[in-house]
Amino acid sequence: MVTRRDMLRMGLIGAAGALSPGIARRALAAGGAASTTNGVGVSPFATQPFVEPLPIMPVKIPVATGPGCENSLAPGTLAGPFIEHAPFEGERTPFGTYHQKYSRFPPQNAYELHQKEAKQKFHPAIPPTTVWGFDGIFPGPTFKARYGSPNLVRFYNELPADHVGFGIPSVTTHLHNAHTASESDGNPANFFGPGTCWDSHYPNVLAGFSTDPLGIGDPTETLGTLWYHDHRQDFTAQNVYAGLEGFYLLYDDLDCDDETNPNGLRLPSGKYDVPLMFSDKVFGRDGNLVYDFFSLDGILGDKMCVNGKVQPYMNVERRKYRFRLLNGGPSRVYAFGLSDGSPMYEIANDGNLLPMPVARGVITNPLLPDLNDYIVTGVAERHDIIIDFSRYGPNTRVYLVNQADQINGAQPTGKIAKTATPLLQFRVGQAPAVPDQSVIPDAASLAAIGRTTMRDLPPIDLTQVVQNRSWQFSRLNGGWVINGLIFDATVVRAAVQRDTREIWTLRGGAGWWHPVHIHFEEHQILSRNGVPFALPYEGRKDVALLRGGETVECFFRFRDWLGKYPMHCHNVVHEDHAMMIRWDMVDPNAWPSV
Amino acid sequence: MISRRAWLATLSAGLASTVASVRPAASAVGVPPSTNRRNFPNVTLLTHENRHVRFYDDLVKGKIVLFNFFYTRCEGICIPTTANLRKVQDLLGDRVGRDMFMYSISLKPHEDRPRDLKEYHDAYDVKPGWTFLTGSKANCELLRRRLGFADVDPVRDRDVTQHSGLLVFGNEPLDSWTACPAMATPTEIAKAVSWVDWR
Repeated sequence: MVTRRDMLRMGLIGAAGALSPGIARRALAAGGAASTTNGVGVSPFATQPFVEPLPIMPVKIPVATGPGCENSLAPGTLAGPFIEHAPFEGERTPFGTYHQKYSRFPPQNAYELHQKEAKQKFHPAIPPTTVWGFDGIFPGPTFKARYGSPNLVRFYNELPADHVGFGIPSVTTHLHNAHTASESDGNPANFFGPGTCWDSHYPNVLAGFSTDPLGIGDPTETLGTLWYHDHRQDFTAQNVYAGLEGFYLLYDDLDCDDETNPNGLRLPSGKYDVPLMFSDKVFGRDGNLVYDFFSLDGILGDKMCVNGKVQPYMNVERRKYRFRLLNGGPSRVYAFGLSDGSPMYEIANDGNLLPMPVARGVITNPLLPDLNDYIVTGVAERHDIIIDFSRYGPNTRVYLVNQADQINGAQPTGKIAKTATPLLQFRVGQAPAVPDQSVIPDAASLAAIGRTTMRDLPPIDLTQVVQNRSWQFSRLNGGWVINGLIFDATVVRAAVQRDTREIWTLRGGAGWWHPVHIHFEEHQILSRNGVPFALPYEGRKDVALLRGGETVECFFRFRDWLGKYPMHCHNVVHEDHAMMIRWDMVDPNAWPSV
Repeated sequence: MISRRAWLATLSAGLASTVASVRPAASAVGVPPSTNRRNFPNVTLLTHENRHVRFYDDLVKGKIVLFNFFYTRCEGICIPTTANLRKVQDLLGDRVGRDMFMYSISLKPHEDRPRDLKEYHDAYDVKPGWTFLTGSKANCELLRRRLGFADVDPVRDRDVTQHSGLLVFGNEPLDSWTACPAMATPTEIAKAVSWVDWR
């Protein structure tokens, strides 16, 4: 007989008797009154916009720092990572878990993160909403991590085992675009159940460290704006929609979180560096979220939330701000702009600093307005922008708006919406008490620190390419497939040799847009639809947005770690029904001593 | 009682017939989840045994259910799909018919009468617990739309040769639903069904 504790540890059962009469039902979706057509939800609430301030997520505080910090973590029933979670042995930790290169990157910061259910107010007109959040908040707390300072994060699944409604109390957390080993990647198949926990080791190290003679890695591959979110196989859309997502910011000596540091890029920092998570939701009459299980092409919400509030406002000073825009899903594509059509300066795409800032959000040809003049953002894409509010007078109101026209969850129409949807109201106040010392980097500001770019793009040497792979993202009998194949977590569709370069060609199909995300390693776009070009605002990307039948050719450098990773469509509804493949990083020479 | 892991282990070992039901079919149910009324209209259908059934009351309420759409004269994906689901039925073992139920609903109800369904059912040697369903065109079409089998593109949706090959499944009392391609491997389907099992 397997004990109940054993079963909990394995994530196999929840509390018995959950369905007995008289026990409160834990329905995330018991609203009832909301309706959907074609995946487009309608909430039975009129929500006056801009009545509540934009929430700022708390910065996550470690429980301990310095050598041995991980010993301060509250013990729990660890569900992994164990040997079976990756095709290698790794190094055994004192907790009995296994991590690659653990002793080379000993944790300097130990964190506890709790997936749990809580109530949250999205708008005064909407009754309190049950969410699943990291530490019980949506979005979860913001990590501020630093290169050279590895983190160990222990995730405690405290979701209700007797849960009823959408969402499954079984989780795995992906740190999106982090250069981490497979066992800390939040692989869809590495899920764990209520009452158990999982250790993820985030070394915060530059890609290429294992082949760099100095052991440092390639500074041109520095990452910046990452996010973490649930990745449970077949239930990612439901669990992310329930609220399991948050930001993870990574800093180094240049992007140093201090605009007064004369040796850094002097990007707006501290309270002027603001992560913004955009998500569209549907609420039922009781205030709970409504999830449309049966719209398998994608779902749209009618309430536009920023950091967990419906259309909030933000008081801003007359100075520069950095905003980190993230499309938190589930399916909508945004085209961000300012209501007055003035420029926003994009400094990073998918969290990676560009060589130079690029002005965005301005119609380039008034006779032929193009959706791409705005910041088109598929699910999971990030765009870091700087807005300089000093150009506005005190008490000005300006709005961050969505200009994309979209009528179903499969794709936007590709047109500019007749009426832009305001997402966030900026209320411009006075000049800051302390003069703004931040800059929108330009040639002069960069020259002052001996640079010509914010970050160079890594040079591409096509002679190093050892493999070309082609991936077709398409529809097959109502499901979503890659190269005609259905996701199978046990089947490896590509075995990538460690420390090699490859070109992957991603092909879409008419009728759908697919934001394709390749775990582990961001790419550089070599060509789009056969035309070699790179847009100045497309540097290193970890999501390739396939708009209809587009073909995008991507250059990859696969380095350092071994194990399994997925590639999938990040329209999370497509991902769950089964637009995903497993690829493995392999190295026969290194087996099994990694 | 058997743990779910043990159940999966028996699945892969092909010993599904030894599996005990984790919960009885007639489990106590509180307030019906919101999904029910919207997505499970209580329309009348006809089974391959020529019985009249109410969709929600008789087929869905209180059960773990698996749905797909098909038609008996389909010469495309229905043939391998039905054969694949037949293997899934074997893997799920005697849970099917006890607290798990499989339903295949006709896309061409005007030509699929109960005797056609019975013939199809027998040709695949389908075991108890898997019911083939027809009904009025309006009722079958309503279910096709409500259960997620319509294509968002109306042109493609009218082309029956491109009809959905999905398997939509879930646990009604838990209001837990998901879908996968019905041509996924039987083991993967059985594994996914275990994720909506009683918890």
